[in-house]
Amino acid sequence: MKTVLFTTALVALAFPAMAEIKIGASLSSTGPAAFLGDPELKTLEMLVEELNAKGGINGEEISLIAYDDNGDPNKARTFATRLVEDDEVVAIIGGTTTGTTMSILAVTEEAEIPFISLAGAIDIIDPVKPYTFKTPHTDRMACQKIFEDMQKAGISKIGMIAGTDGFGASMQAQCNAAAPTYGIEILAEETYDPKDADMTAQLTKIKSTEGVQAILNPGFGQGPSIVTRNYKQLAIELPFYQSHGVASDGFIELAGADAAEGVRLPGTALLVADLLAADDPQKPVVDGYKAMFEAKTGTPVGTFGGYAHDAFLIMTDAIARAGSAEPAAIRDAIEATSGLAGTTGIYSFTPEDHLGLDLSAFRMLEIRDGKWTLVQ
Amino acid sequence: MSELLQFLLSGVTVGAVYALVALGFTIIYNASDVVNFAQGEFVMLGGMMTVFAYGAGAPLPLAALAAIVATAALGVAMNKLAIETARGAPVVSLVIITIGVSIFIRGGAQLVFDKQIHSFPAFSGDDPLRLWGATILPQSLWVIGGAIAVFVGLWLFFTRTLLGRAVLATSNNRLAAQLVGINTPFVMTLSFALSAGIGALAGVLVTPITLTSYDVGLAFALKGFAAAMLGGMGNPKGALVGGFLLGVLEGLTAGYLSSQYKDAAAFVVILGVLFFLPQGLFGRKSTERV
Repeated sequence: MKTVLFTTALVALAFPAMAEIKIGASLSSTGPAAFLGDPELKTLEMLVEELNAKGGINGEEISLIAYDDNGDPNKARTFATRLVEDDEVVAIIGGTTTGTTMSILAVTEEAEIPFISLAGAIDIIDPVKPYTFKTPHTDRMACQKIFEDMQKAGISKIGMIAGTDGFGASMQAQCNAAAPTYGIEILAEETYDPKDADMTAQLTKIKSTEGVQAILNPGFGQGPSIVTRNYKQLAIELPFYQSHGVASDGFIELAGADAAEGVRLPGTALLVADLLAADDPQKPVVDGYKAMFEAKTGTPVGTFGGYAHDAFLIMTDAIARAGSAEPAAIRDAIEATSGLAGTTGIYSFTPEDHLGLDLSAFRMLEIRDGKWTLVQ
Repeated sequence: MSELLQFLLSGVTVGAVYALVALGFTIIYNASDVVNFAQGEFVMLGGMMTVFAYGAGAPLPLAALAAIVATAALGVAMNKLAIETARGAPVVSLVIITIGVSIFIRGGAQLVFDKQIHSFPAFSGDDPLRLWGATILPQSLWVIGGAIAVFVGLWLFFTRTLLGRAVLATSNNRLAAQLVGINTPFVMTLSFALSAGIGALAGVLVTPITLTSYDVGLAFALKGFAAAMLGGMGNPKGALVGGFLLGVLEGLTAGYLSSQYKDAAAFVVILGVLFFLPQGLFGRKSTERV
């Protein structure tokens, strides 16, 4: 009897110590950002399962502890604290939105736990915080990529119509800041509420502004689809640019292939997996993720699930290289990541750069006959 | 000239959506004095159910009809399970219950359906109609036509039918209505079914323009409520005029001032109107007969 008890106790003691790396996640899989958080969570769960089936990292299994913060920064903070103190995770992935990310990083920085965010704002990694990294491009980079393309086409005077939601407003501000560097002048600026049903009034105003050569629509959700339909309704002939916020097949479907014809936007390699050159360094990882996600969920891959994929890739790659699951060692290994191909771009972190992507990570895409094409 | 016309057409398109939602508020309000904040969720359900029924292969008219009937049934269930059980509670409590129901429906919808944005094809194609240099989508005409048809239907119902008068009587004094032989529980059930059905019809008509997802209901309810308040709560004419007025105000502000002040301008006008006409433009004066 005594021996049985003793053995049980031994097993119980030995089990958690035996080969299990705990990674935490706080994602917005329900709530207003659910259409971002949902594919992110599915991606992480799928990758953990796959990695464990292959034998884990250095023979240790990964266990994912994921919470749903509902897009609420207060809940995100509570969950981050719980992950650090109760669940004792070695690293955290998450923060679907900039709001939730900011509250998580306050906790992880203090506890010195490496954290990879999936949110857009530049404030997350600028100024650099030792334990905080992120995978998506910033909206500033999207503006730069678009302006670069406009420059090539000889466009220097544009109109801008932006959503008043966080994404639209932030990108509008970033584009305004980046425009002078590229010699772009923004002659007309209009906004719309993300739930508005019609934007023809705003577009008519921009259209009738003297000298406008192209129109840019930073936005997110259904707004840009409606703007695109109204663009066609008004028969505006000017080049039309959308942002990376709508870089998904769903956008073409909602706006209608007819209305979306000729729309340009900066997107990731994931969207044009079939068009990538065979020797493209991102090709294997993009194809792999796309095939796996679509087989598993039956829904098409999107940019946002890709952010989670890349965060997990960077994290597991760092743990493997560090050879240890100590938070400080993982952090150092993440910062030393170099030339790691993800779905969003090729990551190379430095102590000064915790985003690790440059403009080449964005591909300029154009919609032709309801399909994405690469702009050369 | 063509610019002004485009601003007006933009306003009319948006206004028709508001009017259609506002009309849905009138019946329940007339029967029980309750402002049903779950009205926006009925609009969402009409759109989402049609999307999924259509996606499953049903022809569009059949999918729309099924969505309207199912939503009406849900309205009846809401009355039976949430409102009737709180019978005797003050109106404010009932209004709060409707807010609870709307949160419940939204949560249920994201589980039953999904969290993506959806749409289905417009009824008469996407080619815009041109009028003196301005354009309007055929679907907008469907929404405008729908709003007018619902308005005429409601007006006839409330003024020309015994049942409609029974609804008004129930709201005026439930006990007295019962004493003269009106089956008040039936009137309540009917009014929830009709309101939910009208909401769902609104959802079916507007989805090709506004698109839909599980969380669009709240925005619809707020703007529809504002339109109904502007026109006068409970009066179908008020809902119709209030909706179009609000939409045109937004369109003109976006066109001539700045789109930044679009919502603010509309609400300033609403506040101004309510300051001088607390019952709204066409609201009935509440007179207490002793």
